[in-house]
Amino acid sequence: MSRLEDAIAAGRFVLTAELLTVDTDGVYERFAPYEDYVDAVNATDNTAAHAHASPLAVAIALKQLGMEPVMQLTCRDRNRLALEAEIAGAALHGIENICCLTGDDVTAGDEPEARRVFDLDSIQLLALGRTMMNGAYLSGRRIDPAPRLFLGAVENAGAPPYDYRVDRALKKVRAGARFLQLQVGFRPEQTEVFMREAVEKGLAEQCALIPSICLVRSPGALRFIDANVPGIEVPPEIIERVESAADPEAECFEVACELAEHARSLPGVAGLHLISFRREAGIARLCQRLGIPTRESRAHSRPVAV
Amino acid sequence: MIAAVEAAVKKPIFGCHMCGQCVLHSTGLTCPMECPKTLRNGPCGGVRPDGRCEVKPEMRCVWVKAVERSRRLPWAHEIHDIRPPVDNRLEGTSSWVNLVTGRDKAAPRGWRV
Repeated sequence: MSRLEDAIAAGRFVLTAELLTVDTDGVYERFAPYEDYVDAVNATDNTAAHAHASPLAVAIALKQLGMEPVMQLTCRDRNRLALEAEIAGAALHGIENICCLTGDDVTAGDEPEARRVFDLDSIQLLALGRTMMNGAYLSGRRIDPAPRLFLGAVENAGAPPYDYRVDRALKKVRAGARFLQLQVGFRPEQTEVFMREAVEKGLAEQCALIPSICLVRSPGALRFIDANVPGIEVPPEIIERVESAADPEAECFEVACELAEHARSLPGVAGLHLISFRREAGIARLCQRLGIPTRESRAHSRPVAV
Repeated sequence: MIAAVEAAVKKPIFGCHMCGQCVLHSTGLTCPMECPKTLRNGPCGGVRPDGRCEVKPEMRCVWVKAVERSRRLPWAHEIHDIRPPVDNRLEGTSSWVNLVTGRDKAAPRGWRV
């Protein structure tokens, strides 16, 4: 059983983080500043449609360095054969946590002329993962031994159609998702509405819901996210607030702390996913500020003691 | 011949892409193949705040429309069905014929939901 699955099954508050994109070096440096806090680290898959080292390669590197990986897999760049190969390859290396995403479109990246694939969608990818866990490829051909996997996905509470997002998440659970990392949101009221419905409809009971918190250093970064990252909207009041602050960097950190504190207080939230753009040390600082103990201390404390 | 008639009817009305395994019935009579990512099971996370498409901002998200329209249909619950991967061999063939022969229901052999 993966460490993430174990922590979730035990009802402990979980922390995951997103590894900054990796090209040809520097995996350890990227997670070293917060390694004591997180249960697992996401190896991303060509984020925002920019090419980087493959998620499987990064996940293997993380594992070799003693950190548990969550391997992201998107439908944008691979057909079903390639997706099956990645999942089997992950299992071959003992990588269990797989986060299944649709993926940003190629037009969001720096090679917009590339062919988009989307042979499967994220829900079909989850179902494919579960098919493989049951010991077969899509064709029905047996896999022996069947891979041990802990499947997850992403849902965005902050994108239309807002009143369908929990239903979509439930569909992901039916397809095999056991955890959902929620897309970064700068509108706490949207997370709140989503979580309320998630509790009412039994979603929170069936899978671990993990809102994402994004740490940035400048109002410029917030503007960039607002303008360039599909599905994330940064309200102008937040940008104005950090811009007019005496110390904009400190104010950005305050905003992240407030959003994290708010998300953590919502019923049904199982943990947090932390994303830091070029400020990895901020993750440890945020944990300290929120009074979230290290992974070891959480493992030895009572469930949901945070 | 039938495929040509089907295309002539469905292209102007639904923007049909002749995938050969029509799911309009369960997607609020909105063709999911109009989605630039050809998503068959709901919207991606990139839908813009005004409900427009991440890839083609000039159009409303296919799934925003599908969810909205499906709610007006007596079989509204069908939008929640998990639709299997597309059989790419059927592209360009008539979904009417494939419906009659049951060919459109044939999911990959290992597929379980």
